[in-house]
Amino acid sequence: MGKLIVSLSPHAHGTDTVERNMYGVIAAMLPALLVSFFYFGLGSVVVCATSVLACVFFEWAINKYMLKNPVTTVCDGSAILTGLLLGFNLPSNLPVWIILIGALIAIGVGKMTFGGLGCNIFNPALVGRCFLLVSFPAQMTSWPKSGQLTSYLDAETGATPLSVMKEAIKTGDASLLDRLPDSLQLLLGNNAMGGAGTIGEVCALALLVGLAFMLWKKIITWHIPVSIIATVFVISAAMHFANPVYADPFAVVLSGGLMLGAIFMATDYVTSPMCAKGQIVYGVAIGVLTIVIRNWGAYPEGMSFAILIMNAFTPLINTYIKPKRFGEVVKK
Amino acid sequence: MNIRTFSIGGIHPEENKLSHDIATVAAPLPKQAIFPLSQHIGAPAKAIVKKGDKVKVGTMIAEAGGFVSAPVYSSVSGTVFKIDSVIDATGYRKPVIIINVEGDEWEETIDRSDKLETLAAHPELTPEEIVERIKIAGVTGMGGAGFPTFIKLCPPPTAKAECVIINAVECEPYITADFRLMMEHSDEILVGLDLLMKAAKVEKGYIGIETNKPEAIELFERKTAGDSRIEIVPLKQRYPQGGEKQLVDAVTGRQVPAPPAIPVNVGAIVQNVGTAYAVYEAVMKHKPLFERYTTVTGKKLAKPGNFLVRMGTPMKELIDLCGGMPEGDNKLLAGGPMMGKALMNTEVPVCKGTNSVTVISGDEAKRKPAQPCIRCAKCVSVCPMGLEPFLLATLSAKKMFERAEQEEIVSCIECGSCQFTCPSHRPILDNVRYGKSTVMGIIRARNAKK
Repeated sequence: MGKLIVSLSPHAHGTDTVERNMYGVIAAMLPALLVSFFYFGLGSVVVCATSVLACVFFEWAINKYMLKNPVTTVCDGSAILTGLLLGFNLPSNLPVWIILIGALIAIGVGKMTFGGLGCNIFNPALVGRCFLLVSFPAQMTSWPKSGQLTSYLDAETGATPLSVMKEAIKTGDASLLDRLPDSLQLLLGNNAMGGAGTIGEVCALALLVGLAFMLWKKIITWHIPVSIIATVFVISAAMHFANPVYADPFAVVLSGGLMLGAIFMATDYVTSPMCAKGQIVYGVAIGVLTIVIRNWGAYPEGMSFAILIMNAFTPLINTYIKPKRFGEVVKK
Repeated sequence: MNIRTFSIGGIHPEENKLSHDIATVAAPLPKQAIFPLSQHIGAPAKAIVKKGDKVKVGTMIAEAGGFVSAPVYSSVSGTVFKIDSVIDATGYRKPVIIINVEGDEWEETIDRSDKLETLAAHPELTPEEIVERIKIAGVTGMGGAGFPTFIKLCPPPTAKAECVIINAVECEPYITADFRLMMEHSDEILVGLDLLMKAAKVEKGYIGIETNKPEAIELFERKTAGDSRIEIVPLKQRYPQGGEKQLVDAVTGRQVPAPPAIPVNVGAIVQNVGTAYAVYEAVMKHKPLFERYTTVTGKKLAKPGNFLVRMGTPMKELIDLCGGMPEGDNKLLAGGPMMGKALMNTEVPVCKGTNSVTVISGDEAKRKPAQPCIRCAKCVSVCPMGLEPFLLATLSAKKMFERAEQEEIVSCIECGSCQFTCPSHRPILDNVRYGKSTVMGIIRARNAKK
């Protein structure tokens, strides 16, 4: 007879693993990735591949040579996920050397300085993106038009729906909004007007398919994405009806990085609150901040800043907003 | 059918009810029976026999050692071999009485006939008399925790009992002993419920059964069809529905407040279905608690089964009945995989609370290495008590007990749902247990000073 193993209960474990969750999110991003190949072609392939490979390399190198960790965390999928999210947040004509800097900042500063997986305060991909946005504002805000499948750095660029919306607010001329594609085109990402935006945000429908997949596989819960999208929709609807210089709520929700941010960036496990109530507070706050930055800030897009700001508030939310305890309210 | 369940958290572990359809058989008598003096929550019993004494089946061998305590009866006839200490299911050395078995001679007071005695035929039984007989017979909770049953029937003056809930949930994977008992002794269980209701002076009784036991739901609904006082409550299959507080919530919709509140504070007295059967035997048949239904199971066991076991029987003898320990490394559990205790040797005896002997084999017996917490919040969403297990585990590991107390660590029922769910395989409950017992010690010390 072999040994008797002794440990404390429980002696059974579910089938869930870190890898299952990380690769599940990556799988949920595949529809949007495929759509980006369809719209941006070569540019999307180069940017996403560079970003993923660079993030994995930096994770491995920092673990091995700087932290000297005996176990590697490269295989758990979190670095691949960060790389893909960073790629999704970049324009498809960004030079490789800028992407490498972004990846180094995302993994090196955003993740590993805080202690690696599970310890970071800010979403690493967004740290990388915002670093690039403030460091290379020209390259980071030139948006190639979709459909140029074989071009990369040489792609023709144009204005995105968000910059048109910003222009309308600045000039007070609501007729500028007539240039916006209609909601169905925005949903499909078939933007004939001009620049299509970052690689990942172009097709809202593909992102929603990813959301449905993650909800089905119980990787995330509905609280964060729904509260962000609903908040933005309600506020922008009120503003649109009060003053038509503000775009209609469908266009606001479907354009820019809102869907990408609400579905894939704000739901990052490590940097979002732990209980359902806290997640709703977090989502609503992100929605409000996004509207404020989009309409009154210097940048046309406010999603990534809004998420980073709320990342900083997550520990506070976790401290003060608690789940409903069993027996807290005695029902009669 | 109106299927109810509890309101917060919960998980759905793999069922593995391997012995669901296997009828119960009486396990053979052991050669030597071992009786721990502490088979219940509360003070250990005090031995009243000495080496060389002759005992019969049903002879009291240890008396209650305090108010919260229960006597222990011999399940065999023979000679007291010695009074010693051995490592029991808790992993600690505990005093035991060891009896060498000779023949099978029962005390004459025990009614061994199969005749069903109903409460209607015994109007002379007062509530006080019922409670007294339950107390004398050493009946304790048969579901695992082992709280003396008579105490639950005498609620503190501040609380008023309104109903008795029979816990027939059996939400732990593998275990089928309660189910087999229900299929084989439904009439006795219903009389037991009658007795419990009379003893608690209530007019309402519920039997909560999960929907993975449709035969039992159907059987009990048929048997209670004419009795408006008793309601069969089908419950959605979900762990830890058999937890006392979860069951009260599922059945009545009332939530028991944080400790020190107990179910009777919201009017409910919860008793395991095995306890109801033991109450019937104690009150109607004058048979003290010395045998019980136990499942012996495991995926690698040749023949899992359900047994009527004399307490004191070493688990090894039961495992041998099922084909012996599987090859390789195993984990031997008193109880099921979610809340059972892993044992250090196979000689540990079956006690009042041993509803199952479960053998987990191979890779399933080993834990996977823990990875960093990715803060996925799944432990928070499955916690049936609405706690934050990740936080309590960290606070305990960092010895921040004051904060852990504020975060209501003492409400933890140690069901293990958090650790079961954790994708990083972190030992959440190990840490929370340490924190909880430390905080409870701090609270006790503080109350003692007052």
